[in-house]
Amino acid sequence: MELAGKSLFIANRGEIAVRVNRAAKALGLKVIQGHSQADTEMLAVKLADETVDLGPPAATKSYLDVEKVVAAARDAGADAVHPGYGFLSENARFANAVEAAGMIFVGPSGDTIARMGDKVAAREAAIAAGVPVAPGSKGIVASIDEARSVTREIGYPVMIKASAGGGGRGIRIAENDADLARLIPQAQTEAAAAFGDGSLYLERMVTDARHVEVQIMGDGTRAVHLFERECSLQRRRQKVWEEAPSAVLSDAARAHVCAASIRLAEAVGYRGAGTLEFLYEPARDAFYFMEMNTRIQVEHPVTEMITGVDLVQEMIRIAFGAPLSLDQSALRINGHSIEVRVNAEDPSNNFMPFPGVVGAIQVPDDVRFDTMLYEGYAVPPFYDSLLGKLIVHGADRADALEKLRAALGDMKLEGLKTTLPLFRALANEPKVIAGEANTAFLESWLETAEIEAA
Amino acid sequence: MSKQILSPLPGTFYRKPSPDEPPFVADGGPVAVGDTIGLVEVMKTFHEVKAEISGTNARFAVENEEPVMAGALLVELD
Repeated sequence: MELAGKSLFIANRGEIAVRVNRAAKALGLKVIQGHSQADTEMLAVKLADETVDLGPPAATKSYLDVEKVVAAARDAGADAVHPGYGFLSENARFANAVEAAGMIFVGPSGDTIARMGDKVAAREAAIAAGVPVAPGSKGIVASIDEARSVTREIGYPVMIKASAGGGGRGIRIAENDADLARLIPQAQTEAAAAFGDGSLYLERMVTDARHVEVQIMGDGTRAVHLFERECSLQRRRQKVWEEAPSAVLSDAARAHVCAASIRLAEAVGYRGAGTLEFLYEPARDAFYFMEMNTRIQVEHPVTEMITGVDLVQEMIRIAFGAPLSLDQSALRINGHSIEVRVNAEDPSNNFMPFPGVVGAIQVPDDVRFDTMLYEGYAVPPFYDSLLGKLIVHGADRADALEKLRAALGDMKLEGLKTTLPLFRALANEPKVIAGEANTAFLESWLETAEIEAA
Repeated sequence: MSKQILSPLPGTFYRKPSPDEPPFVADGGPVAVGDTIGLVEVMKTFHEVKAEISGTNARFAVENEEPVMAGALLVELD
């Protein structure tokens, strides 16, 4: 596959635009960078061969405007468009519009994006491919007797959910048959009053849940997995710390979930980089499929560090028509990697955002820091707060933690308040060191933790 | 002598709680101490801008969804 002389339009900003730029340059591609009027000074603009103004600072008027972005890429003569993550990366209409304009979309087809973006369709595709999903009732549960027959199959505790509900509203938790008999009529009455529909269904609650996700890469016919990442440390459903491999999976559990993920990827003819997200329940050694992300993810570097594969280069090569260059039998886990997300937020003040001007930057030599920062850069206030990702690699998890503590001690980003102090505290927290933190851990820990001022 | 309310943060200024609702403060309307006069979105989080002064005949210097710098004039009052 000869890529030299071809051009790639980057429809994103921040650190991922820099990451895609470097991958594209390594492949010999010319880089055209789209940017809003608030991003004329960003690092990815400075590194690009050409730049195109996408419009005003508000993302809805620039990075999220499908017609504007497609026209900008087409008019610049781009051969392909890389969407990064966030913004239009999982927008099926955008993927289709890029192709309709005669360009390559770096990612799966619009149809695959649409199918996997629909919760019900994705769950059905998962079940059809033999991917485990959270056990529950097949549909609506009409009576207490019917609910009991479901719980005899799936066990307790169960969540009683309103079909017409959403966002966690109206959920009740039953620990046993007596709870079920008491709560079902209550939930029916409440759902009927709140939503005009008293239909209920049951789903088993996952206790001590860990967030485990499998990286896959496919070329439309064949797919491989690149093992799992664990991202259980989350605040407000935002991941802050990611690792590969997971601290809790046995080899058998890993083989099981990775094989299931390949089945789903191949069943849908997946093309490009994708991630299947699961909850893992250690006590039952069970996985439950949550959703599939049809793009490169923020935390992809930890997978790159343990496998030696450049995921962004591979997804670009595949988009330009090359077959998958990876062989499953040649992929191995080498050591352990940890990534922490350095955000422009003050963890000692309820994570208040802190856009500002970057002073001196000091990054230790033996770490990877994927970042949008340079000295003197003014971080704009219009976008998310991710400044960069500090990534370490060690011979094993204990070694990676040691390297992380050392790196956090040496790292300086002057002029900004960042989440670095949060990670200095977390890297010394016994539960984190022991690999015992579940998805609920960080928020409860933050209620009492003392974090030094940034 | 007119009175001014400045933006406490840099970001995107919103005059309405959501696109389908009326503005927090109508053009030419009154403002009381403690009233929310708008929102500033900074890095995807929203902060209410509360009036520390009162006045009448509100004249906005910034349109809905316009970018603002910290310290930028948002509204003048009599």
